[in-house]
Amino acid sequence: MSIPHLLVHDKRDNVGVVVVEGLTAGTEMLCVVTQDNSDFKLVARQDVPIGHKIALTDLKLEENVVKYGENIGRVVADISKGEHVHTHNLKTRRW
Amino acid sequence: MSNSQKIMAYRRENGRVGVRNHVVILPLDDISNAACEAVANNIKGTLALPHAYGRLQFGADLDLHFRTMIGTGANPNVAACVVIGIEPGWTQKVVDGIAATGKPVTGFSIEQNGDIATIAKASRQAKDYVHWATALLREPCDLSELWIAAKCGESDTTTGLASCPTVGNMYDKLIPKGIYGCFGETSELTGAEHLCQARAATPEVGEKFTRTFMAYQNEVIEPHKTSDLSDSQPTKGNIEGGLTTIEEKALGNLEKIGKKVSYIDVLEPAEAPAKGPGLYFMDTSSAAAECCTLQAAAGYVVHIFPTGQGNIIGNPIMPVIKLTGNPRTVRTMSEHVDLDVSAIVRREWTIDDAGDALIDLIAATANGRFTAAEALGHREFVMTKLYRSA
Repeated sequence: MSIPHLLVHDKRDNVGVVVVEGLTAGTEMLCVVTQDNSDFKLVARQDVPIGHKIALTDLKLEENVVKYGENIGRVVADISKGEHVHTHNLKTRRW
Repeated sequence: MSNSQKIMAYRRENGRVGVRNHVVILPLDDISNAACEAVANNIKGTLALPHAYGRLQFGADLDLHFRTMIGTGANPNVAACVVIGIEPGWTQKVVDGIAATGKPVTGFSIEQNGDIATIAKASRQAKDYVHWATALLREPCDLSELWIAAKCGESDTTTGLASCPTVGNMYDKLIPKGIYGCFGETSELTGAEHLCQARAATPEVGEKFTRTFMAYQNEVIEPHKTSDLSDSQPTKGNIEGGLTTIEEKALGNLEKIGKKVSYIDVLEPAEAPAKGPGLYFMDTSSAAAECCTLQAAAGYVVHIFPTGQGNIIGNPIMPVIKLTGNPRTVRTMSEHVDLDVSAIVRREWTIDDAGDALIDLIAATANGRFTAAEALGHREFVMTKLYRSA
């Protein structure tokens, strides 16, 4: 298998993690779900650093962001599929 | 892997297995640091452990101080110990606690002697201990006799994808063979606490975990909390590495207890496990040096530290093996990385491959191979304090 650009933990997740350096907007990413080794393609809409997350679907305000099949926080600004997900649009529900 | 894997290590008087052979010069209190450092300067092959506390503590906080002092001296990686304190009463309490293991230990107190006479007497004793300890031979022991603790730090999203699952795979393989394991980081399970409770061996142990978790939430977090705990959960480094929320960080953190094993008890900070071989949860800070110091004081002799962005932590008496799955960290700070598991994110290695590589490195480290932190001189010794002194 080619080296993936994006890894997704769980089938239920709506974000994945960039695992290559220097990912640029417009790249058609090879995405692999580590749970079952299934893969799919997704176009990155922004330059995203290694380790940072990309949305797998459109995400609306107050929606849950799901990773590991678990809720990791709430959307605080609408996010489009393929966009960078981080502190500017995702916030903890804890503190 | 065969059922029995031999290592060459030190069998201590109480039967425990140590992988290092330190002669420690242990200050009871902050004002005895200078004397301990002078002894360590006089006598080569000794190790002073200066720290910030030991005066006017009381109650549970003082209990933790003694537990940490005694546990550090009693650790099987320590061959012999000199204790120096300002006065003889509390000094002797630490000496007696360490002596219960059967290892050589002597205390010295400074009042009515002064630093210079104390340093002279303690240096002679330390020199005798160095001759004795350096004559000890490693002997065949089993890898399954090791007590192996884990804690992650400067985590990023690769931690949950690669380095923490590698540690979990090691625990899934070695806990059934009889090792003692330990994980902690009470605050850093926030968002994964329901999953952590479910990994307890019995409902009672799971309830004990949740009581411990909620006590920290109610007594410390709720009265003092700020947004993202003032960039401490997650940290600036976590955020640079792509982690956004405490929930996300906690879920990655919990990957290091594997898929199969369950924890058999919940320990107080620095409490020695007493329910036999298995995995234990310890109530600790998520700060690397504090957590490692508590785990070493509980008797753990090897530490596994998965990192994402590149925490550089070490411990004075317990080798800390660091691994990362982030190829940028491997590229930019390789001198701190003992095991590169970035092949996992390239899908060139399975978690199982990485777990086997980690077990091989644990055996080599137990046999005496220096970790990156040992070679670089990282000796972070940081006591946990529960509340202000009197």
